Amino acid sequence: MRSKELSNGYMRDELKIYCEKSRLSELRLFLTDVLEDTRLSEINRHQVILAVEEVCANLIIHSHECNPKDFIQLDVAKDKHKITFEIKDSGKAFNILEYQVPQLADVIREKKKGGVGIILVKKIMDLIEFESTPHQNICRLTKCINSK
Amino acid sequence: MLKIEKTETGDHCVLRLVGEVDASNSVELDLAIQQLMAENVKKILVDGSALEYISSAGLGVFMSYLEDFQDNGVRFAIFGLSNKVKNVFHILGLDQLLTIEDEEQGALEWLYEG
Repeated sequence: MRSKELSNGYMRDELKIYCEKSRLSELRLFLTDVLEDTRLSEINRHQVILAVEEVCANLIIHSHECNPKDFIQLDVAKDKHKITFEIKDSGKAFNILEYQVPQLADVIREKKKGGVGIILVKKIMDLIEFESTPHQNICRLTKCINSK
Repeated sequence: MLKIEKTETGDHCVLRLVGEVDASNSVELDLAIQQLMAENVKKILVDGSALEYISSAGLGVFMSYLEDFQDNGVRFAIFGLSNKVKNVFHILGLDQLLTIEDEEQGALEWLYEG
């Protein structure tokens, strides 16, 4: 994978992910490469991979119903202070900021097998932004290099 | 990719998870635990020493059985997780709800105590 260096000092990488659950392993390999040269600890790199995958899996399953013709565009920009993942799609908008995360006790009582991914994203990332237009949704996740 | 190796030893059953659990294969983990529950196995160990990754889909499988374990008197423990995988359980607070031991011996002692 080859990163592009932008004039403002950012390094940029991108990946097009088709909406199949089997593509998630490819996404993790891409993210592992992108994060390799950052100063994040191994545990933080693992957390960031998890958070980005959770958002993408959510879009693949719920917004695109695993339609392999649909895709998500992932753009990554990083400098020495932070790394930002811009996840763009044109499916049914999922506003991560408005989503009320469930209580863990409720998830356990109701024996749900999903629903906790967004809790992880909100605990891991330092900044979460969401924008939606009639044609595109953008979820932006930022991790500061020396953060939680 | 996920491989699940099942071993029966004494009164307990061990599920060894090899590889990665995500939304594409968490159903395999679900089926493996479901099968043990159907066989009325009362002591279940999960060997996580070769588990490289787990997403919320996999964590959700464990969470969905917590009440069944309690209602059916099933003892369940996980051991051998790497620090990065264990950290994911910790972020959600699952390390407070599940028995997670570093070594198999500790998990076995918990399984057979009392």
